[in-house]
Amino acid sequence: MENLLKNKQYNNKLGIIGWFYAGKYHIERYAYILHRITGFGLILYLLFHIFVTGERAKGEQAWKNIMDFLNQPLFKFLEYLVLVAFLYHAINGFRLILTELAIFLGKPASPKYPYVTSINRQRILFFILMILAAILIIFSSLEFFKLI
Amino acid sequence: MAIEKNQEIVEAKIVKFKVFRFSSEESDEPSFKIYEIPVKKGMTVLDGLIHIKENLDSTLNFRYSCRMGVCGSCGMFINGLPALGCHTQISHLNSDIVEVKPLPNYYVIRDIVPDFNSLFQKHKSVKPFIIREHIEELGNPTSEYFQTEEEKELISQFTYCIKCGVCSSACPTLATDSEFLGPQAISQAYRYSADTRDEGFLERIKILDSSHGCWRCHFASSCSQVCPKGVDPAFASQLIKREILLMRFGLKKKRKGAPITTLTKEVKRLEEIPEPPKRTLR
Repeated sequence: MENLLKNKQYNNKLGIIGWFYAGKYHIERYAYILHRITGFGLILYLLFHIFVTGERAKGEQAWKNIMDFLNQPLFKFLEYLVLVAFLYHAINGFRLILTELAIFLGKPASPKYPYVTSINRQRILFFILMILAAILIIFSSLEFFKLI
Repeated sequence: MAIEKNQEIVEAKIVKFKVFRFSSEESDEPSFKIYEIPVKKGMTVLDGLIHIKENLDSTLNFRYSCRMGVCGSCGMFINGLPALGCHTQISHLNSDIVEVKPLPNYYVIRDIVPDFNSLFQKHKSVKPFIIREHIEELGNPTSEYFQTEEEKELISQFTYCIKCGVCSSACPTLATDSEFLGPQAISQAYRYSADTRDEGFLERIKILDSSHGCWRCHFASSCSQVCPKGVDPAFASQLIKREILLMRFGLKKKRKGAPITTLTKEVKRLEEIPEPPKRTLR
């Protein structure tokens, strides 16, 4: 019966768009999206990294070949993206560990209009950590490009 | 356009309402229809829809009841954010076009009427009621359970939930995982688990501490932003995660449910407080 009803209804599920649509939502929703994207990027990097280091087992020549192949501007740039993704993901992840343990979220209290939620209470932590991430990204970028 | 009211001419602004239309009898795909309505100061999006239904298109379907943000029937997706239609002033939207769509993450029955079956089933699944070991006393209460004002304050904000489903429609996890409990059910699970009169924490975490339970919440916090009653479901979700972790590490204090209040011989009921009425239910 339920299936019959569902056939007559329109499925309004956002699907994967729901992960990447932030529109008018708070800045934390944008942080959530960036956390997902950087996390996905880091996983891809990890797989690629295992593959590259695995080449070493095939002998010195194979290792040299892949190192020569990777010594291109494109891979340098991708490596830089990994650095930026890592810094953002680590620092935002630290905020998430704290907030998911309900630290920095305040205490429950009767709601009084205009409502102040736990999101407003943790925002100061969010901004401090994002500034920290920005400083680290700027300094490490300078260091990174000096190495090239 | 001018509207005559109490012999007073009130200037009204024309606002376009772009309304989502869907009827399975007509088409499998939804469409949008545009209506032009005169908007006066103080008019809500729900008032606009009622104006359309009464004057422009009687086939439009939407759900509402109280018109004052209490019943939670008129949740809809207005100009990019889920909200209650009766709680959203058209003038506050600062737009000449008001786009009204049904709440995302639900099935749509018709036009902007979402199907709340999944919402209510998830709400029921977390046992949203006081659970006591002493079932006999719960079924046939002899007195109230004791609770201080401070203890009440710990759960008070989560008791304001009106089950409007707005929070769950903002949740990005629910967009892909339809079995996820969602912010509404998790906040209600915390509301009852943190209640000092309750003894059902262990029963509830069987549902919460599962693969579709509270760990799927990644604190995007949109639910708390859109909640029209200030319930802050994202906060409840993090609090219940902490409680579960504390229990796993053996740090959670074991507590008995609040005792039954009894009047001692020295304490007497004040004269101005009337006796409670006799029981009508058996």
